[in-house]
Amino acid sequence: MGKERVAVVGIGQTKHQATRGDVSIAGLVREAVVEALEDAQMTWADIDAVVLGKAPDFFEGVMMPELYLAEAIGAVGKPLLRVHTAGSVGGSTALVAASLIQARIHRRVLAVAFEKQSESEAMWALTLPIPFSPPLVAGAGGYFAPHVRAYMRRSGAPDHIGILVALKDRTNALKNPKAHLHEEGITFESVRDSIMLWDPIRYSETCPSSDGACAVVLTDEAGGDAADSPAWVLGGAMRSEPTMAPGRDEVNPRAGRECAADVYRQAGITDPRRDIDVAEVYVPFSWYEPMWLENLGFAEEGAGWKLVEEGATAMDGDIPWNPSGGVLSSNPIGASGLIRFAEAALQVRGRAGEHQIDGARVALGHAYGGGSQFFAMWVVGADKPTS
Amino acid sequence: MSGLVLPERLRDLEPVRSIRTPARLEYTYTAGQATSRFLRGIAQRKILGERCHVCGKVILPPRGACPVDGVPTHEQVELPDRGTITTFCVVNVKFSGSAMELPYVCATVVPDGSDMGLFGMVQEIPFDRIRIGMRVEAVWDDEPRPDLASIKWWRPTGEPDVQVDEGRGA
Repeated sequence: MGKERVAVVGIGQTKHQATRGDVSIAGLVREAVVEALEDAQMTWADIDAVVLGKAPDFFEGVMMPELYLAEAIGAVGKPLLRVHTAGSVGGSTALVAASLIQARIHRRVLAVAFEKQSESEAMWALTLPIPFSPPLVAGAGGYFAPHVRAYMRRSGAPDHIGILVALKDRTNALKNPKAHLHEEGITFESVRDSIMLWDPIRYSETCPSSDGACAVVLTDEAGGDAADSPAWVLGGAMRSEPTMAPGRDEVNPRAGRECAADVYRQAGITDPRRDIDVAEVYVPFSWYEPMWLENLGFAEEGAGWKLVEEGATAMDGDIPWNPSGGVLSSNPIGASGLIRFAEAALQVRGRAGEHQIDGARVALGHAYGGGSQFFAMWVVGADKPTS
Repeated sequence: MSGLVLPERLRDLEPVRSIRTPARLEYTYTAGQATSRFLRGIAQRKILGERCHVCGKVILPPRGACPVDGVPTHEQVELPDRGTITTFCVVNVKFSGSAMELPYVCATVVPDGSDMGLFGMVQEIPFDRIRIGMRVEAVWDDEPRPDLASIKWWRPTGEPDVQVDEGRGA
């Protein structure tokens, strides 16, 4: 007996923005869950178990928020699991929820993830003093900027590639009413002329700080068969690796390559650029698009930036990446991975609204976290898998 | 709040939407045997790595085990306080708790003979002249302590640049 098939039948997202001062954390999370249940045409009673993910508790300073949130997310009297894998947590949360159905432990599972950055100190939480070390690495950007520089030098990519990615994602976000940033009138020049925060990363090539939540209802095969336009999970995988190790490739991490190979094998994908119609990939700094194009096998090593330059990843390109605007346009950190997974599902359900890619049948959702050391991915499709 | 009827005495007050609750954390930190060996070396202006007997790589800072092979490291290797910049960034952002003057350059420096690098500042050169592959040496505090901050910064040696494998095993 193989694994139970899993379908996505309900998706909810808040309007992401800098400060959701109108709601508490519980109110924010509940907003996404209510929308997902309505989409699934279910009530709280239909859910068997709840899986919640968010980034470090240190951010908002609310320890074990899953306990405080149990009522708001309808988990009272049901199994409630907390997942934590740094920035990739939203993706891991969906995969843990899916595994509970694949293993036939539960039939209908709610996955939910959030971050309320307006009430948090992420920069401080990510710049914790390391005992016996000088405090030099300034937040996530300070950590990733040297990796970006190494990529630029290794690949010989021209300087403007990162600007093109930022311009693309922020322009895509104008078609997504849920996106945090809606920069009408953004131009190549406005991105280029924005301040260098962590040289070579500019302000406009950096993700915003957002409040937001995302919720996804997953069901077994019978639930998917009964649903109106389900997204079928064709494969899911997670991988991890050490932050520091001799010979570790920080630009093109092995865990990411192996995670992609695993999920493609499950989904029967042999050429991702040809076989996948659209991808929602965790790109918090613009240069991570060419870097992940290579890591995920959409381009040969050193050639990811050429796909960006020729427009292959644009809305009208042959392999659109982040039509939602991506992490560069909305970053409620803990939710960002689940938003990628949910946006991939919206695309194959044909429900992405103005940022829908016509004819999308197979989509990739991707998340990474920590020092590029946690990876989570799924491939979803419009058609039920035969195997 | 629509639909909620407040008592008379609360009706004209400014609603409280959020409050600030600062958090403070203090730790007692046990460095462990491998880090203690390393830090005692730093206090004597010595950079001590440890070699894995399986892959032969020099782990820096040592953690007592090879992160790739998962075996204990037994061989201590004294490394020169001279090495190569493998990558860096120019930091223009203030973050809470930092007294650093902006901008500053945070670099990964791989000492000669090591297979891993240390994070450190690069000074005594304009930041726009710093390059991947540049040769640098440590500038030590006059009274070094068991703390990596005892390497105040790295400065150029003037030797010719060398080829590096950017972003691998920094």
